[in-house]
Amino acid sequence: MVVDTLSDAEVDRIFHALADATRRDIVTRVIHREQSVSMLAQHYAMSFAAVQKHVVVLERAALVTKERRGREQIVHGDRATLRKAARLLDAYEEIWRLRAQSIDEILAEDIREE
Amino acid sequence: MRFWLKIYERNDVMAVVSTRKDTSALTLTFVAEFEASIERVWQVWQDPRQLERWWGPPTWPATFDSHDFVVGGQSRYYMTGPEGEKALGWWTITAIDAPHRLEFDDGFSGADGEPDPAMKPIACVVTFETVDGKTRMTTVTRFVSVEHLEQVTAMGMEEGMRGAMGQIDALLAAASH
Repeated sequence: MVVDTLSDAEVDRIFHALADATRRDIVTRVIHREQSVSMLAQHYAMSFAAVQKHVVVLERAALVTKERRGREQIVHGDRATLRKAARLLDAYEEIWRLRAQSIDEILAEDIREE
Repeated sequence: MRFWLKIYERNDVMAVVSTRKDTSALTLTFVAEFEASIERVWQVWQDPRQLERWWGPPTWPATFDSHDFVVGGQSRYYMTGPEGEKALGWWTITAIDAPHRLEFDDGFSGADGEPDPAMKPIACVVTFETVDGKTRMTTVTRFVSVEHLEQVTAMGMEEGMRGAMGQIDALLAAASH
């Protein structure tokens, strides 16, 4: 099965991390370009410490990594983890394909009956 | 295997217009178009006898014991697996604007058939519109918990396997001619 690549605990951490709008926004920003925590903090109406906490949650879910560079903490996005989450959605997409095919079959019966 | 061959033959006929996955927001947008009126496509959601013919994956057919198709209405259903195992589920309809829009929560139930409070449901928004004489159906699904997605995809994966087997079957049949 698709989710074999992630343990339940790992997937739980990813879902929890992405359940918050600020954290989703942080992921989107650092996937494009690495940024320091202080740069990120400028985008949000919350304290540096609060942004720091969001980054820790993302780090635990392996969605981002953090490295210390001088006095700055630089945040990088982890594309591999996001890709794994995408694979779960792929599996769900397949279910909708099957459903659409079945609906199509039901509707096709009307034409045959006419 | 015949059933699967039929589906694959029909694959090119059926119009899945687009799918879009927003991984960071955990949403899936699925768009399909059908050669039928908007009222007719609405019926496959409204009529439980038609709904149960497509809601469950083919090897996990759904049976709707109740389906109260009004705002605040509840549905109770189960899907029966290949070994006779049952997966119990429920819907709560949160918005209806017939035949244009339907919103509902879909969750799994405990053994008593009632919603399992430990498992968060998924939220589904379905919109219908007429485009060039066809009916375009857009479903947007948002996941808030992993358990539901894992349960439904576990059942869907089996379908994927059978689909692959159907394709192999078709190749073997073609090769023997």
